[in-house]
Amino acid sequence: MAETILEMKGISKTFPGVKALDNVNLKVEQGEIHALIGENGAGKSTLMKVLSGVHPFGTYEGDIIFEETECQFKDINESEKLGIVIIHQELALIPELSIAENIFLGNEQAKNGIINWKKTIIETRQLLEKVGLKLDPEEKIKNIGVGQQQLVEIAKALSKKVKLLILDEPTSALNEEDSENLLNLLLEFKKQGMTSILISHKLKELLKVSDSITVLRDGQTIETYSVKGDKLTEATIIKDMVGRELANLFPERNYNIQDRVVFEVKNWSVHHPLDTEKQILHDIQIHVKQGEIVGIAGLMGAGRTELAMSIFGKSYGKKITGQLFKDGEEVTFKNVNDAVKNGVAYVSENRKEYGLILIDSVKNNLTLANLQEVAKNNILDTSKEVVEAESLKTKINIKAPTIHQRTINLSGGNQQKVVLGKWMFTNPDVLILDEPTRGIDVGAKFEIYKLINELAEQGKSIIMISSELPELLGMCDRIYALSEGRITANLDKSEANQETLMTYMTQSWGS
Amino acid sequence: MDGMKNLISSNIRKFGMVIALVGIVILFQILTDGILLTPLNVTNIIMQNSYIIVLAIGMMLIIITGEIDLSVGSVAAFVGAVAGVLLVSWDLPVIVGILLCLLLGALIGAWQGFWVSYFNIPSFIVTLAGMLIFRGLTLVVLEGRTIAPFPDGFRSLSSSFLPDIFGGGELQLFTIVIGVLLSVIYILFEIRGRRSDIKYNFNTTTLPLFVAKLVLITLIINVFTFVLAQYEGIPYVLIILTLLVIGYTFLMGKTVVGRHIYALGGNINAAQLSGVKTKKMKFWVFVNMGVLAALSGLIFAGRLNAATPQAGNLFELDAIAAAVIGGASFTGGVGTVFGAVIGALVMGVLNNGMSLMGIGIDWQQAIKGLVLLGAVAFDVLNKNK
Repeated sequence: MAETILEMKGISKTFPGVKALDNVNLKVEQGEIHALIGENGAGKSTLMKVLSGVHPFGTYEGDIIFEETECQFKDINESEKLGIVIIHQELALIPELSIAENIFLGNEQAKNGIINWKKTIIETRQLLEKVGLKLDPEEKIKNIGVGQQQLVEIAKALSKKVKLLILDEPTSALNEEDSENLLNLLLEFKKQGMTSILISHKLKELLKVSDSITVLRDGQTIETYSVKGDKLTEATIIKDMVGRELANLFPERNYNIQDRVVFEVKNWSVHHPLDTEKQILHDIQIHVKQGEIVGIAGLMGAGRTELAMSIFGKSYGKKITGQLFKDGEEVTFKNVNDAVKNGVAYVSENRKEYGLILIDSVKNNLTLANLQEVAKNNILDTSKEVVEAESLKTKINIKAPTIHQRTINLSGGNQQKVVLGKWMFTNPDVLILDEPTRGIDVGAKFEIYKLINELAEQGKSIIMISSELPELLGMCDRIYALSEGRITANLDKSEANQETLMTYMTQSWGS
Repeated sequence: MDGMKNLISSNIRKFGMVIALVGIVILFQILTDGILLTPLNVTNIIMQNSYIIVLAIGMMLIIITGEIDLSVGSVAAFVGAVAGVLLVSWDLPVIVGILLCLLLGALIGAWQGFWVSYFNIPSFIVTLAGMLIFRGLTLVVLEGRTIAPFPDGFRSLSSSFLPDIFGGGELQLFTIVIGVLLSVIYILFEIRGRRSDIKYNFNTTTLPLFVAKLVLITLIINVFTFVLAQYEGIPYVLIILTLLVIGYTFLMGKTVVGRHIYALGGNINAAQLSGVKTKKMKFWVFVNMGVLAALSGLIFAGRLNAATPQAGNLFELDAIAAAVIGGASFTGGVGTVFGAVIGALVMGVLNNGMSLMGIGIDWQQAIKGLVLLGAVAFDVLNKNK
């Protein structure tokens, strides 16, 4: 049984100025699920790129031994030929093509260049069955959900006669239910003898499904554990990942909650922007007090982001009805500027698409939402801008060489800090944070939590949307559950736990 | 030592096209046995390219927002034609005619901006349609004929020079005085900027480097005015160009509007969620392009001293090429007004130099195409490093 399928020995890889990998060793047994874990920038993805041939032989030092033969991959095709398939974090499917076309893209079932569609469809059907998808092979990718797309990616890997499946953050975009499905599927494959490497930030799920865990930090292998043998706990892994003991995942907070309700949403109903018959949100009632952190828990598709964006200057939806109250007075936000002027800020869910101007500098991103602060008669005072940006950078500890660094070059955690900093610069009373820690590592999460706590201590009101229940339970004073566009519960910290929240989040309304 | 290396490498990136321009100028100066930089020819280069530079500035803004405008050549022709009717056929006062024409340009820009911003039709399609519409309307207005000649006041816009108030002579003294004045203003500005940098404790270049930069720029300004002074002095159109370049550089670099335009081109979603009025901004960038296209059409008509149906043919491609050579990126969010001018001058000097050498229009086209491709390839290579 315990036969080694893959061994990477003494892998070192240097990029100009950075040693990304420093003598890394990885040993994966036949038929196991091997987890690879580490902070962002620890070298996980680079290691997998070396393995799959994205970084070709000769650009790194060390040996790769797969099924007892030494491999020198020049490109990704060579590694795929041996059955090493990698599924990247950002899905590589083409939305306008069908499931079948996507699965056999680059590997068409063809003779003399002419595609045999019947064969393609039949094989796709078999593959979809294996991953538990009941979908028409001719359905277009754009019409299916993210969770289903992830499964199509896996089906695509299966079509390549995969022996070693590498999944890079497969569940980061999935809700709990879809994640569960995916992990079960991996366990199913394991029974059939397939080996997988799983890269993830979610310690719980790793501990649940994997057999061994290798921890990387700063480009070095810290330790490889056997999950059962070593009686592994989250605390041990976290300690290895960050190189320090995190007494608590959530930082201390000095509570400063006042009775005054700062922001209130009443009877808020929103319809879909294109299909205006379809109601997305039904009679939402929420409020937040000064200095309070309020959570919104909901599954993907429950309407969390839609709620936040429709409030924030009607950035989402049509036929919006209902009332907003700021400090007891009714307000209307016709556009984003109105919301900002009234002291409301929204830190969006997807920082790369909705948060940052990636090609622009840290400074320009930080000041963008409140340029008037550094301008007089619409003319920028560039010196003042630099001073303000520098002080923000220090205050929230953005790790970048200078404020003129482009944000595209920052790590996920630091990018998130820039987005948060941008909204802190507007000096808001209410901050709506949509998935503020998605896809960032434990250390950076801690820093973001600390910032959020500080903001609450200063008397800001926080509305925090998250799909990670432990995060909500750890941070919030009160949590609303959202299900199918309706608020189904308003729980105090003392009465909330994962089970009750999950129950309310999955409560169904029939129609 | 590393600092020095950084300085050089970052500046090569920044000034790559300036260096290329200098190289091209030197090359043709040698190939044409020194004709290229004679006072007469330098004046010619400015006047021949003025209308393209005007378009390139507007096009740069359009491309920064991630859009494109294919209609500028037709719009320039149409406005030129209308100017012909207003000034020649109807005999309106020159200033009234010019203002009406600029207003017409703004309306055309508003028309195209409306479809792009508020109707979400890709600008490629809207302005391709505009290219046909306004070329057609040019023919309608002119009834297929050429209208000429324009009144003198109008022609001076593109073909006259600042008079020498110090009385004539071999050398235009006034031009030289202006050069000196400009240098003084420039030096004062730089010193003020440096003082404020020091006050705020910013990184500044070392003093010798700072002085070297001042001396170099001052030298360039004065050599340039000295060359012009040996011919007729400063053409009016150069004043217009200078004002446009300074104005738009200021707009893009130092104002809230400029920052919003860059943000919108860099990531429209993020910009919108940061409170940038993206639709409105895009609309106004098109209005701006319309006005500049009108100005370009007026300058061209004045230079030709006629409104013709073929005016402005392929101007859009020259303007786009200038912007791209000058560092614009079709993904949006990148580019400078100064870059657009350099890009236009690279194309202009190539045209002029090859014409002086007697190279036919056929080879000129092919070579310009290669230069365009080469410039972008160089840029891509540089970025990947």
